[in-house]
Amino acid sequence: MDDAVLDSTGRITPGQILPYRAEDLQRQGSGRSADRVFRLTTGLCAAVVGALLLVVILFMVKGSALAFRDHGFGFMFSPEWDPTNQKYGALTFLYGTAYTSLIGMAIALPLGVFTAVALVEILPRGPAKLISLAVELLAAIPSVLLGLWGIFELVPLVRRFEIYIYKSPTGLRHLPIFSGAPLGVGYLAAGLILAIMALPFILSVTREVLLQVPASQREAAYALGATRWQAIWRFILPYSWKGIFGAGLLGLARVLGETMAVTMVIGNTPQIKASLFASGYTLASVIANEFTEAPSELAISALISLGLILLVVTIVLNAGARLMILYLNRRMGTREVK
Amino acid sequence: MLACKNVTIEFNKTAVIKNVSLEFPVKRVTAIIGPSGCGKSTLLRACNRMHFLTPGAKVTGAVTLNGKDIYHKDVDAVLLRRRIGMVFQKANPFPTLSIFDNVVAGLRLSGLGSKARLQEAAERALGDAALWDEVKDRLQQSPMTLSGGQQQRLCIARALAVDPEVLLMDEPCSALDPIATAKIEELMFRLRERLSVVIVTHNMQQAARASDRTAFLWMGELIEEGDTETIFTAPTKPMTEDYLTGRFG
Amino acid sequence: MNTTHHLRKLFGRTMEGLCLAAAVVAMIPLFAFLWQLFAKGAGAITLALFTQLPLPPGEVGGGLRNAILGTLLVVGMATGVGIPVGIGAAIYMSEFADPRLTAALRFCCDVLSGVPSIVMGLLAFQLVVRPLHHFSALSGSLALAFIMLPVVVITTQEMLHLVPHSLREAGHALGIPSWRIAASISLRAAAPGILTGAILSVSRIAGETAPMLFTAFGNPYQSLDPNAPIATLPHTIFTYAISPYDDWHRLAWGGALVLVLGVLGATLLSRFILWRHQRGLNA
Repeated sequence: MDDAVLDSTGRITPGQILPYRAEDLQRQGSGRSADRVFRLTTGLCAAVVGALLLVVILFMVKGSALAFRDHGFGFMFSPEWDPTNQKYGALTFLYGTAYTSLIGMAIALPLGVFTAVALVEILPRGPAKLISLAVELLAAIPSVLLGLWGIFELVPLVRRFEIYIYKSPTGLRHLPIFSGAPLGVGYLAAGLILAIMALPFILSVTREVLLQVPASQREAAYALGATRWQAIWRFILPYSWKGIFGAGLLGLARVLGETMAVTMVIGNTPQIKASLFASGYTLASVIANEFTEAPSELAISALISLGLILLVVTIVLNAGARLMILYLNRRMGTREVK
Repeated sequence: MLACKNVTIEFNKTAVIKNVSLEFPVKRVTAIIGPSGCGKSTLLRACNRMHFLTPGAKVTGAVTLNGKDIYHKDVDAVLLRRRIGMVFQKANPFPTLSIFDNVVAGLRLSGLGSKARLQEAAERALGDAALWDEVKDRLQQSPMTLSGGQQQRLCIARALAVDPEVLLMDEPCSALDPIATAKIEELMFRLRERLSVVIVTHNMQQAARASDRTAFLWMGELIEEGDTETIFTAPTKPMTEDYLTGRFG
Repeated sequence: MNTTHHLRKLFGRTMEGLCLAAAVVAMIPLFAFLWQLFAKGAGAITLALFTQLPLPPGEVGGGLRNAILGTLLVVGMATGVGIPVGIGAAIYMSEFADPRLTAALRFCCDVLSGVPSIVMGLLAFQLVVRPLHHFSALSGSLALAFIMLPVVVITTQEMLHLVPHSLREAGHALGIPSWRIAASISLRAAAPGILTGAILSVSRIAGETAPMLFTAFGNPYQSLDPNAPIATLPHTIFTYAISPYDDWHRLAWGGALVLVLGVLGATLLSRFILWRHQRGLNA
């Protein structure tokens, strides 16, 4: 290093303030390799995460191979489920999953959207925050605990309702949708539990969508002489419906894979019935119930195949919904008046 | 006739408009001018009770339409806004509705459903807004396909379709190019035959060109008001003169 | 005209009333659940619940010691893997990777977080249980780690994203090496948020049952061997809930209350940490 020197004009020479020579500017040795190690380690972590998705898909396909080879593609649409004769098919469970999810969403979507409207457009901020907190806490409850509550509280209630319909003098019980023994467990109970699980999600996403409606749209609606409900129904909700649709898709994706709560209240009977009162089986709950007791490699493979179906459906729904939201955001960005 | 009498508007206890009294003569264009932040838009929005959307806003004094206080509890705000319409600074057509549906949106709110009547009203309103020729062949298209100036004229048509007595315009041309601005000023002039127009503008030349009466607001207070020609050529208050000559604001 | 207007107003008010009713109905499940949880679970909270092992079916008494310790072990092991790897991935995504790679990884995480937990259990089964020919706490932990990983990555990455770029630039300008910037500057700034996300993901996997069914499998005895089947609290609650024994039902509610209080405690802890940090910032 140069010694501190003041040159003849009294200025400080560079050697004093910046003691590094040009050669010293290259970070050497431990600094650089520490950087590389760090980069490598974190990069590996990222690789693990990326690989995980591929690994899941790979192993699920691998595990399903046996069942599909044995039954062919017809496995997807066969209603058989006969472990003793080694005959398996996914249709029963596709039906159960679809039916219960449909009931769940049919309840949760309107309920969630109207609640969101109440929270964003009608109620003052204080109560709105409390209510939205109360509903969001619902999402933190583990599935098995909701199932526990379901068995001991919800199912008896549903049973009372089913008995009421059964005994009704109007003969409602002859309708296919109300036919069968009023046991309490079954599609209706499972649908209700799924509605409870989907609700917080739909509510929070719809709330955000509604809050994002620009003030200019609300102003335009009210300035034209709209009542509050007209503004909500004719302008605010239509503006938001695509976001709400996306929320519905994501909520559906979540509900399709719910296992424990459904298993505890659906009755676990492999059959396809139209009635709300009937017991059924979903993709997730048959895996949960029968996997550990699977009598053969083929049985295990069949169950893994059901898991593969679940995986594919949830991936498609999730990816699809997110891509749609991305696409919508980009379009909304250019649509808005500058 | 729309009028303000001793109107004070507070936002969270801070007075934004202080004791303003102003009349907006019937079938005339009145311009409200003043520097940014002087409260012009705030005053305008009080005239159709739009401050209900703002928490913490309080309007005292009387805003009257034909002698009746519009803030009186017997007055229905919804019906009021069909008699006093508003056009905003940034055009805000409803993107989910077609051009036609946008124009007749206000009419549909009042329950008017007959296709013939709606068609007739739309044609008239779009004609008044000088937009009919440009959109008559694409009424079912989305309003987002229109240019900025066209969208603003669409919003004007939408406001006119319900046949209001007064049209409030909050800096309607500030986001538009000179040609679009000229078109709107021209239609404002023609509208005078049927209704009263109150326009808030930060563009003095626009006020000079397009209005009959001008009011000058500063820091929430009414400094001076009168015939546009008088205000611009021989203002009585020195502050008005300073503002007009560009000394501030 | 006036009557139609009044009718319209009336209709509007009715619909708004319906919305308010919806909001009330939406609150019912939470309160119904909490009510039952405390009513039925409080009685089961005794010292015995934590200190005793379960008795053979049908007998009255016993506790959930093995399940509670089991959950702590399995969740602990999963956290030991999930949190570091998740944070590491997030650091890579926010400090080193180019935007396209980051977006792709983020998309992967979003999709992964939507994979049903039972499918992750099936994966762990095929990866560990099958080759070793027995159930184990380890396989359960692995399944839980898979579940927690995307969540940790997403929350950590979002927190790191919030750290203003100017901080990092200042670090670079001072000649601090990238790894140091990431560790000391970005992480430290985002720490409370990351910690909150971590705590929340831990409390989420603590309640997972489905993957445990064929990985950890359950164990009526006390075991802390990672290589052996192990009981976990949610799994035990499930088994007891669907059983026909009243006393097991009682224990199930007790276990449920313990689980909820644990999750609640964790949530409150994370809020407390955030609050302390906010206070520190405002001081």
